[in-house]
Amino acid sequence: MAERTNSWSLGTALRGMFARKTIDEQTWTDLEDALLSADFGPDIADAVVTDLRAKVDRYRTTDPTDLQRMLRETLEERFTRLDSTLHLSNRPAVVLVVGVNGVGKTTTIGKFAKFLTNYGRTVVVGAADTFRAAAVEQLATWAERGGASIVRPQQQGQDPASVAFQTVERAQRDGIEIVLIDTAGRLQTKSGLMDELGKIRRVIEKQEPIAEVLLVLDATTGQNGLAQAEAFIQHAGVTGLVLTKLDGSAKGGFVLAVQEKTGIPIKLVGQGEGIGDLTGFTPHVFVQNLVG
Amino acid sequence: MASFGNLSDRLSATFKNLRGKGKLTPADVDGTVREIRRALLDADVALEVVKDFTARVRDRALGDEVSKALNPAQQVVQIVNDELVTILGGEQRRLQFAKTGPTVIMLAGLQGAGKTTLAGKLAKWLAKDNHTPLLVAADLQRPNAVTQLQVVGEQAGVPVYAPEPGNGKGNPVKVAKDAMKFARDKQYDIVIVDTAGRLGVDAELMKQASDIRRAIDPDEVLFVIDAMIGQDAVQTAKAFQDGVDFTAVVLSKLDGDARGGAALSVASVTGRPIIFASTGEGLDDFEPFYPDRMASRILDLGDILTLIEQAQQNFDEDEAAKVAQKFATDTFTLEDFLAQMQQLKNMGSIKGMLGMLPGARGMREQLDNFDEREITRTEAIIQSMTPQERRVPKVLNGSRRLRIARGAGTTVTEVNGLVNRFEQAAKMMKTVAKGGMPQVQGMGPIPGGSFGGGRPKVQAKKKSKSGNPAKRAAENAALAAGTPAKPAASGSAFGAAGKKSAPSEEELASLQKFLGR
Repeated sequence: MAERTNSWSLGTALRGMFARKTIDEQTWTDLEDALLSADFGPDIADAVVTDLRAKVDRYRTTDPTDLQRMLRETLEERFTRLDSTLHLSNRPAVVLVVGVNGVGKTTTIGKFAKFLTNYGRTVVVGAADTFRAAAVEQLATWAERGGASIVRPQQQGQDPASVAFQTVERAQRDGIEIVLIDTAGRLQTKSGLMDELGKIRRVIEKQEPIAEVLLVLDATTGQNGLAQAEAFIQHAGVTGLVLTKLDGSAKGGFVLAVQEKTGIPIKLVGQGEGIGDLTGFTPHVFVQNLVG
Repeated sequence: MASFGNLSDRLSATFKNLRGKGKLTPADVDGTVREIRRALLDADVALEVVKDFTARVRDRALGDEVSKALNPAQQVVQIVNDELVTILGGEQRRLQFAKTGPTVIMLAGLQGAGKTTLAGKLAKWLAKDNHTPLLVAADLQRPNAVTQLQVVGEQAGVPVYAPEPGNGKGNPVKVAKDAMKFARDKQYDIVIVDTAGRLGVDAELMKQASDIRRAIDPDEVLFVIDAMIGQDAVQTAKAFQDGVDFTAVVLSKLDGDARGGAALSVASVTGRPIIFASTGEGLDDFEPFYPDRMASRILDLGDILTLIEQAQQNFDEDEAAKVAQKFATDTFTLEDFLAQMQQLKNMGSIKGMLGMLPGARGMREQLDNFDEREITRTEAIIQSMTPQERRVPKVLNGSRRLRIARGAGTTVTEVNGLVNRFEQAAKMMKTVAKGGMPQVQGMGPIPGGSFGGGRPKVQAKKKSKSGNPAKRAAENAALAAGTPAKPAASGSAFGAAGKKSAPSEEELASLQKFLGR
């Protein structure tokens, strides 16, 4: 079993490689393998390796420690290209949370609510996942833990857009600062469900401009994450990514491909089951954890 | 179960380059192997599995069996196919039932893999086979997982044993143990235990899972894994194998567009077979997993077997016979047309079905353009007609058409289109039913082309034309029925085939082969 500490790091895979005396062909093969097994995908892995090869040539170095530093810089530079600040200055600021099934949307909302209440913001969550069995109860439990109030659907199977509408209405009436709306998980291939997201969006926009649409991605996802992101961007106008389940053994390298191909920045990362385990995305820390 | 699409696209592009060659040089093989490697990596197959796989394919491709073969390229395809089947677990395996007492099935997996939903699907599937399953709520971790299981159980019509409210309270090992006693007392023959999702690296929860396992001594431990998982599949699968030692794998969310590399990785790394695939949000979207069929699908050899099975399961033979009769006597009405369409809808996603046809992968774009809602719209139009209008479309004058269009929320043009399509279809039916040949060339102008997906079906059917003239006429009837409006297509096509007793396994296999090449 993998050890708990630092287990989601490329470090283990790279350590052996950086411990060598010089940079040789084996180093490059190892590097590529390490990147591939961190889910970076063949395209990014190729690009990074080519980039590093060029750098190593230019600086005429043979020391693997230099290579490690360069790898860190390259990745960090790629991650920092986009601005990862959350824009929540509207009052109320409406945040729509979307994603495929089982990535941790509801959990993320609970943690995000806690994160915001810690900063003294008032939060209301809208349970617009009226599809999955007991999703509303799950959200209610999380909302309670996160110190947020909740707007529930009035009946079983109510139109999610109407729940979203009521939530925003409640926030306007009671002067609540932040609105978080949970939606049902949907696979990006179900066009009917994707259209539903568009409707939720339109309905909310009648009252308030939407501040952020966060797409939740599971770190264990592979290259399919890209397909997910593209579909959700098209239908829901995603403005930021949330990467969850980083406490597992997965490294979530595919987010770099997502970020580069779509131009949507990562904004939050979830690292555990505790309510405090959600933080803003800082490229430096992320890469540090990744490369070691 | 129609998801390996992108992987098959890439592989078929690779093989296309090979197909023309009479002899393979080592360089050809290397190039192909490199392409396969990239395609597999893009499909999220684990790196170590890819390396292994490509090495084996390369060795065999350079060996004697290929160089001596008549058609080397074909041979390489065969090798890749063999190896895929081997990795995917060879033979299809069934669920193992206990000899005495209740059969115990335990579910384990990462958070969000779809365990609770799967528990409901499995229970429903077993209940359909006259088993009496009991669902046990041993996920006391996730908020309201117990409630979710209760709702799912209710939908599946299966009792749920949930003594603890969950949300972090209660001891899942005790719940599982008590459930066994409960099941024995109440004579349930299958116990399905839903456990909490856990990460492979979480030692504490892993221990809990193995404690549950020890306490109930399950006959099957199913590892539920998301088809969208990436390279981490290997770590996770290994951790679960060490932690709870599962006996088989269930692949969930196969209805997305994931290329399903996880299937290859997990089966290959753990040596445990994949026995089920979960393919949608409905409780019926669940099917046994067939390694050989999946391999065929990856290689774009089609999946005729599943297609036929699906059709047989959902198609009403009597209904089909009646329709054939109606064609012959020229009493086919819009009502029948509607009934056919609804029957077809029961078979599930049309796109999914077309995707199973050999060669249909190449038409992916056309498939994507095909809008399934077209059927719903057609349905709405017919449903906006009076019974008389449905039976005698001739009475449809301008004002009636306008009324129908309003009722169906569409335009008169669409109503006209439907009526025209129907009339042409009926005319052609009559010719065929009387023993004439339909004008095959005439298919072009028939507005059926407006359904983007019409073509693959037609092609496949052409190939399967029987040598027996009588049979061929029947097939043509079926084929022609399909062309004008696709909905009717597979309906009667399968109806005609279905009139015979179910084809034997061998027949199906040879058909698959025939269509595949």
